[in-house]
Amino acid sequence: MFGISESLFQFLLINVILALSIFITLYAGIFSMANVGFMALGAYTGVICTQNFGLPLWIGLIAGMLASGVCAYLLGLPILRLHDIYLAIATIGFGEIVRIFLLNFDNFLSFIYGTEVVLTGGALGIKGIPKISETWYLLAFIAFILLIFHLLGRSRFGRVLIAIREDELIAGGMGIDIVKIKSAVFVLSGVLAGAAGVFSAHLTRIISPGIYNFSRAVDVLAYTVLGGTVTWVGPVVGASILTALPEFARPLKEYNQIFNGLILLFVIVYLPNGIIGPKFLHRTLGKVKKIFLK
Amino acid sequence: MIFLQQTINALWLGAVYSLFALGYALVFSVLGVLNLAHSAVFMWGAYFGWLALTYFNLPLPVAGIIAPLGAGIIAVILDLLAFAPLRKRNAPRISQLISSMGAGLILVKIAQIVFSAQPQFFPNISNLNQTLPNLPFKITLIQTLIFVIAIVLIIVLRLIIRRTLFGKAIRAISMDSQTATLFGVPVERYYQFVFFLSGALAGIAGLLYALAFNNVLPFMGDSVALKGLTVIVLGGLGNIEGAIIGGFFVAALETASIALGGSTYRDAIIFILLILVLLIRPQGLLGEKRVERV
Repeated sequence: MFGISESLFQFLLINVILALSIFITLYAGIFSMANVGFMALGAYTGVICTQNFGLPLWIGLIAGMLASGVCAYLLGLPILRLHDIYLAIATIGFGEIVRIFLLNFDNFLSFIYGTEVVLTGGALGIKGIPKISETWYLLAFIAFILLIFHLLGRSRFGRVLIAIREDELIAGGMGIDIVKIKSAVFVLSGVLAGAAGVFSAHLTRIISPGIYNFSRAVDVLAYTVLGGTVTWVGPVVGASILTALPEFARPLKEYNQIFNGLILLFVIVYLPNGIIGPKFLHRTLGKVKKIFLK
Repeated sequence: MIFLQQTINALWLGAVYSLFALGYALVFSVLGVLNLAHSAVFMWGAYFGWLALTYFNLPLPVAGIIAPLGAGIIAVILDLLAFAPLRKRNAPRISQLISSMGAGLILVKIAQIVFSAQPQFFPNISNLNQTLPNLPFKITLIQTLIFVIAIVLIIVLRLIIRRTLFGKAIRAISMDSQTATLFGVPVERYYQFVFFLSGALAGIAGLLYALAFNNVLPFMGDSVALKGLTVIVLGGLGNIEGAIIGGFFVAALETASIALGGSTYRDAIIFILLILVLLIRPQGLLGEKRVERV
């Protein structure tokens, strides 16, 4: 399809889910870097279900989403009281704690049970996971999320999110239960990241705590920053471009990190609403019209 | 005996952490933004020192000047590219956090391209790793040097901030930059001074850290970056004295947890501390309680 191999397309779809999971929090004005932590929790839960208990993928998916959702709820209770930079720091800390937790989970279990237990495999992680994520699962899942986002965007809930993003104090004064709404958004974001974790674990066939590090979280942020958070189209486009482009331009693949860094830097500086924002679209469409209507 | 030795270890490690965190805190106190590229500047300081020492065979004191100078210049460029344009537009603080993340990514990747991802060593500093004789505890020459230099720099910085016109100006800016402008303080130029100072502190910390462990890596900033976050949060974001105390506190906690429980949970303890401080005392150990006004 358009010269994109199927596996690249699958990773692209997974990155789209991740970008959407960070989009929903940013849409409500919550800047959280916890998504990769939730992704890791989802991935490990899902893999333990399918590999250790031999359950089908959809049960693993639900278990993974449930685990990351519950964790997001519990984390959100204390943490969502914090604001901008403080919240960012706390979520960065959470990501690291998840990584260290997964790294030492076996030691911990062995300590409790008194015998050697191997569940998460420490730093080596889990290998030989069956490759059972199909492209159409991912497409169906994304279609389902986008439908929900589309409906939510037109509902009271969507308008409440914008109100909270624009001014939390006034939104609270209007009778919006900010704690409840924020925590719902955080859980939704965690569930999506967890699902992305389960899907990606059943594609890459190998997971280890090391791949869910801070720079992965920054990459995911770059998808959403590039696309912008005006509508859900932004993260979809952003994730697609940043995943597919390095495959076409080989030098970009080598310098992938620089490219993502440049995106974060220059899009934030020059295009704060991303490329799917009204300003950029208006300008580009204007130029295109000028060229063709002359 | 063991206690004494651990205290000594905590002291020199704490000196490096404090030095590193001072730059973080300085920028935060004056500009109110978190510079996540600070750890990349730290790493570049180490590389400048390494270049001077092993590539150009310069003596250690010269390298000790080149490292902070080079790192300071990088920090000024960072300000011009990643912070100044956003400041001009009055963008939210989170935007500057994101652009600094991007800039940090780029700086690390450039170092990886220029110096390769392999660790580099300092071959001709073996005399620095000698243990000082006739002491009841073990301390090497470089560790002593680190402690002395850090303490001297901390005192000098404090004097600069408390006693000089420069210090007066940046204290005025940190209280209210607009009023400072009205009083004729060239705010933009002072921002660049602050960035230079912060970069220079990171640079010297980077060189000292690299010398102490006798290796330089493009990723050496990663572990210090997150510890530095804990340090400044502990001290109260933007509190200079707090950053110093926080640095020693985190180092003490780290050495104690290694001595007591092995190194597995070392990082987890620090990040849990980070989140706890954010939740219970977001103003830090030394900070005053701030009331949010509408």
